[in-house]
Amino acid sequence: MLRSLDFPFDERTVRSLKAGDAVSISGRIYTGRDKFHKYFADGGRLPVDFKNGALFHCGPVCVSDGKDGWRVVAAGPTTSVRENPYEPAFIAASGVRLIIGKGGMDAQTLAACKKYGAVYIQAVGGAGALYAAAVRKVAGVSLLKEFGAAEAVWHFDVEDFRGIVAMDSHGNSLFDKVQQTSANLLSSLST
Amino acid sequence: MKTVDRIVKLIGDVSSSLPTDVLASLKRVGRKETKGSPAAVVIDTILENCALAKKKRVPLCQDTGTLAFYVNESLRRKVTPAVIKRAVAIATERGYLRKNCIDSVTGFSYDDNCTEGAPVIHYCEREGVTLILKGGGSENMSRQYSLPDSSLGAGRDLEGVRKCILDAVQKIQGYGCAPGILGICIGGDRATAYEVAKEQLLRPLDEKVSVTSANAALLKLEKRILKEANSLGIGPMGLGGKTTLLGVKIASRPRVPASFFVTIAYMCWACRRGSCEG
Repeated sequence: MLRSLDFPFDERTVRSLKAGDAVSISGRIYTGRDKFHKYFADGGRLPVDFKNGALFHCGPVCVSDGKDGWRVVAAGPTTSVRENPYEPAFIAASGVRLIIGKGGMDAQTLAACKKYGAVYIQAVGGAGALYAAAVRKVAGVSLLKEFGAAEAVWHFDVEDFRGIVAMDSHGNSLFDKVQQTSANLLSSLST
Repeated sequence: MKTVDRIVKLIGDVSSSLPTDVLASLKRVGRKETKGSPAAVVIDTILENCALAKKKRVPLCQDTGTLAFYVNESLRRKVTPAVIKRAVAIATERGYLRKNCIDSVTGFSYDDNCTEGAPVIHYCEREGVTLILKGGGSENMSRQYSLPDSSLGAGRDLEGVRKCILDAVQKIQGYGCAPGILGICIGGDRATAYEVAKEQLLRPLDEKVSVTSANAALLKLEKRILKEANSLGIGPMGLGGKTTLLGVKIASRPRVPASFFVTIAYMCWACRRGSCEG
């Protein structure tokens, strides 16, 4: 069943999500990837309020619309593991509810999701055109000068942004499960 | 149409739409996944994305990858590296390609995607001009084994080869954007083997190959690995499911007595390739 999630994302709703749920996200989400996480870890002030919000691991291709605005051309997820060292502290400090990316994150991040009431959502790697189309409006951008366009914090207003809850707030991770099952199946094949 | 325009069009086609065999395969495996499961949702999302990218003629994945051209020998004077680079620069300007070419020493971005060694160009026996785009996420998953491998209990025979390949599939999980395609070379030297493994990705998934005494063992191995890999339950994007691989294509090259490599080129679902006349 497809679960609709509308910004702001309250703790009760987020805690009701289970690993394996398909979700459709609407409302405000913010991008943030390598430079953003490093900046946060070095004590940088958060440029936007992430409380009950969403962080998207994404380096979008955004082009100027010729006036003051921006248009998104491609906005697929980037690999999340690189942010493992920073994410638990970020979740604790920011009150973020949804982390969106690809490939999953580590046990510390899973524990932080459990403690603070957040989930990790797997977006479909490669689906850059579709996710760009889900961005109805680029409402703004932060740290553009400091980080460059691919690493800046973009403020996206999205509609029907699809993903799968891969790590929930109860300590369940689809990735861990699949990893374990596939290892067992392989050893039964290899004889 | 001029040669350069034909190649610009080829780049636009390849970047924005999947080959019919790959698309048909994705549609087929999508029907096999349990309705509403993460696997089914991922495949639906992929198909929707592909339809949209084709309609809008935009890159179907933001990582437009390494460009590798395979050009027939006889076209060497017509489809020169200069002509190909001109086409790549135009295609980049038109947004068919991301600015995706970084100097490994200085970090400088070659904004037209052209410099020494980029794009990659092979003059070979293949007909016409063929292009393949391979993204970094999948390229990072490619790997090479050396037999015997005691940790896998893999010896110097096809059974050992099979163990290496299945080990790779299990280790790669969904990280290369599964469901993927494996191009494999058994034997050869290390460098040639990676080239040959990658070239197998140019073979259509639905190609009709007549079985001969020379290829029977490899065709059988391809089928077996596809079936076994898909029984591991890794699934699209590694979220679980019936489809971990769309295809397995294996070639072999002779080896020296001291070496026995098994080389795996991992391709993501976004296996973008196509051809045109020179």
